[in-house]
Amino acid sequence: MRKFLLLLAALAALAAAPLPASAALQVDVTQGNAQPLPIAIPDFVAGTPNDGQAGANIAGVVRADLERSGLFRPLNPAGFAERITNINTVPNFASWRAITAQGLVTGMVTQQPDGRLRVDFRLWDVTGETQMLGLQYFTQPENWRRVAHMVSDAIYERVTGEKGYFDTRIVFISESGPALKRVKRLAIMDEDGANPIFLTRGDYMVLTPRFNPTAQMIAYMSYIGSKPRVYLFDIETGKQEVLGNFPNMTFSPRFSPDGNKVALSLETNGNSDIYVMDLRTRALQRLTSDPGIDTAPSFSPDGRQIAFESDRGGGQQIYVMNADGSNQRRISFGAGRNGTPVWSPRGDLIAFTKQQGGRFTIGVMRPDGSGERMLSSGQHDEGPTWAPNGRVLMFSRLQGSTSGQIWSIDVTGRNERRVLTPGSASDPAWSPLIQ
Amino acid sequence: MSRFSTTLKFACLAGVLALGACTKKQEAVATTPPPAPPPPVAAAPAPGILPGSAEDFRVNVGDTVHFALDQYNIEAGDQAVLQRQAAWLQKYPAVRITIEGHADERGTREYNLALGARRANAVREALVSQGVSAGRVETVSYGKERPICTDSSESCWSQNRRGVTTITGGANS
Repeated sequence: MRKFLLLLAALAALAAAPLPASAALQVDVTQGNAQPLPIAIPDFVAGTPNDGQAGANIAGVVRADLERSGLFRPLNPAGFAERITNINTVPNFASWRAITAQGLVTGMVTQQPDGRLRVDFRLWDVTGETQMLGLQYFTQPENWRRVAHMVSDAIYERVTGEKGYFDTRIVFISESGPALKRVKRLAIMDEDGANPIFLTRGDYMVLTPRFNPTAQMIAYMSYIGSKPRVYLFDIETGKQEVLGNFPNMTFSPRFSPDGNKVALSLETNGNSDIYVMDLRTRALQRLTSDPGIDTAPSFSPDGRQIAFESDRGGGQQIYVMNADGSNQRRISFGAGRNGTPVWSPRGDLIAFTKQQGGRFTIGVMRPDGSGERMLSSGQHDEGPTWAPNGRVLMFSRLQGSTSGQIWSIDVTGRNERRVLTPGSASDPAWSPLIQ
Repeated sequence: MSRFSTTLKFACLAGVLALGACTKKQEAVATTPPPAPPPPVAAAPAPGILPGSAEDFRVNVGDTVHFALDQYNIEAGDQAVLQRQAAWLQKYPAVRITIEGHADERGTREYNLALGARRANAVREALVSQGVSAGRVETVSYGKERPICTDSSESCWSQNRRGVTTITGGANS
């Protein structure tokens, strides 16, 4: 697991090619992808004769990342007129305009004498004939995919003004075996579905994994010894430990934004209430104490409030309270039942699952409950998780009542698509940008 | 072999209760199950099952109760099952049990875990109120994660909304 974490890429700004900067190239992410930006991304130039494959691989991942965002339309390399051989010269903009490209990414991969890869790239505004971005990374060759995602994030941020989300991971539940004897394993993969790794073997059921803010720790529920409890999994060491010493079920964990606390539900005599445990002192604070089911806590990004679901008023609805449990108030008053609130990293929205007329869909509302919008189109979609930039959601979709899938959708409601997973999958949780 | 004949003898004795007669040929009893007695009178043990065993509990007492959608109260029709369970557990005081609470697929994962816990606890309280020592009874919720039927239909969902009393130790075997 260790190499999975240590990698990092040194990053430096490339000297700009000598042209004035006037960024005309931009995409408004709040408007969705009515007109995705045509962008040309030729295979990166090989710095030495051995670097050709790496250059093609990296460009391929960047193209796939940007296409998947729905905001860009990478053009087919077969139609490129100019062959890029040197990224330090100004491209022939007219030839790129001729194939309708508005953006152009040129890059080069060069293996260094110490074995590392150096990856340089430039983003060009074809219309304005200016360089918008020029960056350089160093990394171990096996981390080429991460560098590709970093390039994608840099391009996304430069063009949209928002942080990207490609250099992230998804922790999820991998499902296999027959429907009545499902094997559920904790698994992790890159945001694009590459590099899936199983973290547990499947001899006990696991559910609801969640990342901590550094993406090094996962809180999840496990049925080890047929005792469902919240566990912590350290990705770096592979160690897992039960969180606390509770006589009854603990479930539905979620980290505080500073990573120092875990909110969870604890069941006592059949009733579930929300508690917060301080991971440093292991002190436990009870936040709810009514006879209804209180679960699915999710902190606001400033850590001051917690959204949760409760059936204290009859059906399951979404509530918000202060982080100390005070001022508990219902915020969801729309149709149907509403649960699994998840606060956006931007703080502006709460994603949730609505159950109405036998259908489960993913929606968003403002933290005061106003502005409810339903997004996903499935029959049984649940359990949303936010990209770190708050612009994209993933969620579980149940197909035909047995086959779990992971899907993503933009918060605009556009760009709904299936996320590649190894076999059936559920319960995705999106990591922050990897540090 | 000795266990087999003991079992047959028990089956025959039970047959006396249920049928008012018992053939002297044990083999005949073993191969001709008695007709199902009218519930909720205690069922006659199925032949070939060791009394006090987990199978005895499952087959002759009944290990499952069902719940209405989103509900966790014990339904009137399930009171008899729980009475039989309590009586059986008092007859075999070494037996320890875990009650599993289950939900159908129509609920979010977290909510159904909590709902399953409510259901398991309802069964637990029913048994304890009828004299079963609380120390013998554990509960576990599986939410909607362990269905016994996977169609998206009410007949299937109603099977999945259940509380199952499972024997974890102390039974005859």
